[in-house]
Amino acid sequence: MNKEKEPLFSAKNLKLLREPLNDSNPITVQVLGICSALAITVQLKPAIVMALSVAFVMAVANVVISLLRKSIPPRIRIIVQLVVIASLVILVDQILKAFLFEISKQLSVFVGLIITNCIIMGRLEAFALANKPWPSFLDGLGNAAGYGVILIIVAFFRELLGSGTILDYQVIPQGVYNFGYENNGLMILPPMALIVVGIIIWIQRSRNKKLIESN
Amino acid sequence: MKSFSNTYIFVFSSIMVVVVAAILSIAAMTLQPFQKKNVEINKKENILASINIESTAENAVELYDKYIVESYVVGHTGEVKEGVDAFEVDMKKEMAKPLEERNLPVFISLNDNEERQYILPVYGKGLWGPVWGYVSLQSNLSTIYGTNFSHEGETPGLGAEIATEDFQNQFIGKEIFNEKGEFVSVRVKKGGTAKPDSKYEVDGISGGTITSKGVDEMLNDCLKSYIPYFENIKNQ
Repeated sequence: MNKEKEPLFSAKNLKLLREPLNDSNPITVQVLGICSALAITVQLKPAIVMALSVAFVMAVANVVISLLRKSIPPRIRIIVQLVVIASLVILVDQILKAFLFEISKQLSVFVGLIITNCIIMGRLEAFALANKPWPSFLDGLGNAAGYGVILIIVAFFRELLGSGTILDYQVIPQGVYNFGYENNGLMILPPMALIVVGIIIWIQRSRNKKLIESN
Repeated sequence: MKSFSNTYIFVFSSIMVVVVAAILSIAAMTLQPFQKKNVEINKKENILASINIESTAENAVELYDKYIVESYVVGHTGEVKEGVDAFEVDMKKEMAKPLEERNLPVFISLNDNEERQYILPVYGKGLWGPVWGYVSLQSNLSTIYGTNFSHEGETPGLGAEIATEDFQNQFIGKEIFNEKGEFVSVRVKKGGTAKPDSKYEVDGISGGTITSKGVDEMLNDCLKSYIPYFENIKNQ
């Protein structure tokens, strides 16, 4: 079916998946979706669930909008995008409440706030409205992965240094505490997420030549 | 871009709204039994936590059946009301009613040493939303056996600390009646100002003053409405 067209995983399509991980990462390069990155990265588990939820919403919304792209009247396209995102988010919220109640309590309002995550609407507006479903799906997954990777890195350090645990397992041995080591309470507070994101941006920019501004 | 007529836009949006509404209602209806069960389990975990028994989602139902031996609803005069399931009582709705019409749930538990505890739900206001919880009293109906507090959206690190064990454990062993038998509740004082030897005061949370005050008022208001019930039990 795709013989006369381009293959499913052509170089161009793969680039859609890869680029958001580094060169155009939604958080560290485009600086979108920071709010949720601050709020739900105290522990690793909610961060992973949040990343998966965003991936689901973003990929499905991208496909839906891309399928409808020729029939959506441009004058109400923002409303249509919002309706699609909002209903997907409500679905995710309901499913979490039914099957992952503890995590849904921890994420609380932030699941609902996926609706306002600028990354999702940004991708619908910039990509899905002008591209075919399959590339849109990859673009959604790629951007969600770029978002999720940062979320998970930040949550990893915040949970390790703030609570001494990883996924609720104690990793810093009691012996270290006996020598006077203490968990860093500051890591649990939102400002530290900003600082960790800042450090990630710093490391990324110093390693990636494309991101170094010339002026 | 090609242009669309107004009729098209109306039809498009109407169909979209109907389709979305249908999908969401079906999802909500199919998932509701699971969600209700989760809320119930969570409530059981909270009740168990107020008698200092740790439980998980897996064993909460089993432990609840083991420790909670009796539950009923009393009215404002302390008499037991028939036909109301204490577990199903929604404290939010009860607190909105005048005192005379309120259903006041009581849960009675027996611990491993065969001692009775009276578990009373409490409900009040924090800074951003409701705070609620359960207070368990020893069989003398004055000494606090344990507490558990929850909140909807208090500030993490400040008001939200009321849901931590450090805060809740302060209440253990405090008295809600003084030596003369007058109701004094347990006052939540400004962080760090409670007298260490006082049996009627605990430290609030520094930086979480409004939430601490909310807990203070909640305990006073809710426990006060049980005084007639306490009298009845003592006279028996």
